[in-house]
Amino acid sequence: MTLALIVVAVTLLWGVVSGSFETLNLLLGAGFGLLVGFILRDRVKATGGLRRVRAIVALAGLFVWELLASAIGVAVLALTPNLKARLRPAIIAYPLLVTTDVEITLLASLITLTPGTLSLDVSADRSVLYVHVLQLTNRETLIAGIAAGFEARIMAVFR
Amino acid sequence: MFNDALVFASIVLVIFGALFGLLAAIGLLRFPDFYTRMHAASKAGAVGCGLIFAAIAMVSLDGPVALRAGLGIGFVLLTTPLSAHLLARASYLTGHRPAASTAVDEFADTER
Repeated sequence: MTLALIVVAVTLLWGVVSGSFETLNLLLGAGFGLLVGFILRDRVKATGGLRRVRAIVALAGLFVWELLASAIGVAVLALTPNLKARLRPAIIAYPLLVTTDVEITLLASLITLTPGTLSLDVSADRSVLYVHVLQLTNRETLIAGIAAGFEARIMAVFR
Repeated sequence: MFNDALVFASIVLVIFGALFGLLAAIGLLRFPDFYTRMHAASKAGAVGCGLIFAAIAMVSLDGPVALRAGLGIGFVLLTTPLSAHLLARASYLTGHRPAASTAVDEFADTER
């Protein structure tokens, strides 16, 4: 089931990238799909359902909104006359609730693309994510904000 | 008529995309240290690039080209945070310290 999904997705992707939907070309794409499915065979779990689709849409919506807000925020900041006074950089240890590789990677990437935060490193035991903050106001509010926002929605997708 | 609207909308997108690129560059010049600079480069840069891709998708009036432009947005959003994270981590681990104005550095206290 999961393999079929991967093959279909990679085939479509290949059709889009190569710009041709002819039968032979799509067969080549399906071949790549099989290869990808084979490489990922132990990494993907078969899960699905409408609940998960809704969770993914919610996460994507939050992400697009935050991405625009962060780009505008950092662009405005770049034009601020008194830049040094406005910045309050800090590196914060964020206690991770998510545990798997996929979840941590996704959370780290989302954090990097959202307002004022940038993922720096994950601790060796994968319990802490070090986050660089551009304008720190309050450490606890920041951590609570990430936990209630992205981390909660990532968990909704993967659990 | 419809095509005119599309062209107009894509012009607006290109202008905003270029503007974000410019502001990202200004941010790179003005921010105090490497880590704050990565903020400007990753966020404003990715959005600027994404807006220009969206403009290409609109003005192409061609299904496959538009789809590929959409795919381009996806890959930019996928790779930008990874490279920002890699650069920031590598520079910290090779001993490049954050600016003195950094208020808290909880990363410095950890053993590696």
